[in-house]
Amino acid sequence: MADKITVGYTHLSGCTGCTVALADNYAGLLTLLDKYVDLKYMPTLADARHIQKVDVSFVEGSCCINDKLAVEELKETREKSAVVVALGGCACYGNITRFSRGGQQNQPAHEAYLPIGDVIKVDVYIPGCAPTPQMIRNVAVMAYLLLKGTKEQKDLATAFLKPLMMAAQKGTTACFCDLMTEVINQGLCMGCGSCAAACPVRAITHEYGKPQGVRDLCIKCGACYNQCPRSWFSFDVVSNYEAINEAIMAALQ
Amino acid sequence: MGAELGNYKSCVSARSTDKEILRHAQDGGIVTQLFGFALDEGIIDGAIVAATKEFAHKHPEKAMMDNSNMEFHEPWRPIPVVVTTKADMLAAAGTKYNISPNVSLIKEATRSFGLDKVGIVGTPCQMQAVRKGQLYPIGLRDVGSSIALAVGIFCMENFPYQSIIQLVEDHAAMKMESVRKMEIGKGKFWVYGKRGQVVQLPLKVTHKYEQPGCHVCLDYVANLADVSTGSVGSPDGWSTVFVRSKIGDSVWGKAMAAGCFETQPIEKVKPGLELVTKLANEKITKNKKTLEERATFGVGKALRNPYI
Ligand SMILES: Cc1cc2nc3c(=O)[nH]c(=O)nc-3n(C[C@H](O)[C@H](O)[C@H](O)COP(=O)(O)OP(=O)(O)OC[C@H]3O[C@@H](n4cnc5c(N)ncnc54)[C@H](O)[C@@H]3O)c2cc1C
Ligand code: SF4
Ligand code: SF4
Ligand code: SF4
Repeated sequence: MADKITVGYTHLSGCTGCTVALADNYAGLLTLLDKYVDLKYMPTLADARHIQKVDVSFVEGSCCINDKLAVEELKETREKSAVVVALGGCACYGNITRFSRGGQQNQPAHEAYLPIGDVIKVDVYIPGCAPTPQMIRNVAVMAYLLLKGTKEQKDLATAFLKPLMMAAQKGTTACFCDLMTEVINQGLCMGCGSCAAACPVRAITHEYGKPQGVRDLCIKCGACYNQCPRSWFSFDVVSNYEAINEAIMAALQ
Repeated sequence: MGAELGNYKSCVSARSTDKEILRHAQDGGIVTQLFGFALDEGIIDGAIVAATKEFAHKHPEKAMMDNSNMEFHEPWRPIPVVVTTKADMLAAAGTKYNISPNVSLIKEATRSFGLDKVGIVGTPCQMQAVRKGQLYPIGLRDVGSSIALAVGIFCMENFPYQSIIQLVEDHAAMKMESVRKMEIGKGKFWVYGKRGQVVQLPLKVTHKYEQPGCHVCLDYVANLADVSTGSVGSPDGWSTVFVRSKIGDSVWGKAMAAGCFETQPIEKVKPGLELVTKLANEKITKNKKTLEERATFGVGKALRNPYI
């Protein structure tokens, strides 16, 4: 179909959890591929693996700078994609790969892993370890609307994607500490509990309504901070949650 | 008049027809009645509510993970719990004027608690958190579509637990354990003792004890809830109810048909929506000003603004 968007998927040092999360959209994924997305290349889910020119590429995993091929693939991805989406905690923030000290078989000298934003310019972040199927779905639908939609749909998609673009500009590190430095220290925490709910490793509890982190458990995925309504919040988008949810569900029928 | 009351399909003054609920509830028992009805009808499998610490201590399997010393008695300290019976919902009725991070259980409710259809009650900011979580489920896999009923409660401000101790024990000179009810209304903070004593504090005393995060809050009446409710606008013992979303409209309609609530038209009651609108505007104007002041807080340095 001519008006599909072309999409690629580059897999660097990630555990394939992001791939699985994408696949866990089940029928929704089939609808996406059927109606909106022409998947040009992707290890695991597509026949073609080599990077091609696309509208949007998703990158899973961080980039080991000791791995020449990974660095090249990442740069090629940037050169050939209009929009680069860092998918998952490792691509956005390094996540668990931040803890690498090398020494693993069969590439013991691979030890220096960078979030992709430290190597190339990234346009959109989808944080989370693993990112959720619904978040990937929502971004995919919005990317389609941005590129192929009516004026109104483009505006909606721009507003929806804006905070994820701002997250990409903000930086490449994440930690429980972000809640301390950017939310509590800034006098913004109101004790909703979203951060604790979002944490994949249960590093966060609440004491007297405020988040308390076990920092040794934290894998630096960025889910807590980005889920927090006091990190970023768009009234324009979230106040229309009902209509937007319905539109996304209708698009996937 | 503008967007201060949010979108809503209908607004009434209401109270539960269940005498037992009214005895335990803060106002018209809207929250407890609505959850009880939704549970009976299979609309929800359970709900996240703010129980007392005592309840959480007795039922740790229902409560949020909390590292504090549970043996240490702290009356009026809420702990979020997942409840699946009407008796437990009733036990958690009533307002605790300090922070209960209810959203912390929103994922766990669908995991170890095994709920497919979750009810949640919360302040306006917690409703914002729920809706952000549905549109941007960064760490909330499969949670969004499980949220079957989000009931919001009006909120001007909240307090840290230690502030409430200060207000009750220092300013009102009462023991926390001897308090039957706390309430903010008619421009005062009211503390009702179990033996009938009543102490009122002017709000100018309570302001400095408020949670700082509340001072950038731009929602008074839980605009993003399915149904939102509070005492303001309605006569004593009654609640003002906004029915907002399609889900809210459907559940409210069924509950009305089942005789769960007595209602009066909001236009007929005193002080009515005029007061709700006034207070909403006051809150939003004051907090917008705070946000502006934050932008020029330092010398060439702004404090962060979360709203984009
Ligand atoms: C901090 C705070 C400030 C408020 N400010 C206002 C106000 O300015 N104007 C106004 O009209 N109403 C305000 N309310 C709401 C009001 O006090 C009642 O909670 C509301 O009217 C519901 O009463 P009800 O009889 O319908 O509910 P009930 O049947 O008594 O149920 C109340 C429900 O709220 C839950 N709950 C109690 N405390 C908390 C908490 N701290 N956080 C989250 N959930 C909680 C309980 O677990 C229960 O499920 C405030 C509530 C809170 C918690
Ligand atoms: S999500 Fe943000 S506002 Fe909510 S409790 Fe955590 S740090 Fe505070
Ligand atoms: S505290 Fe949890 S959610 Fe936050 S960055 Fe660490 S692992 Fe991720
Ligand atoms: S004033 Fe706003 S931020 Fe504070 S508890 Fe109420 S709703 Fe939340």
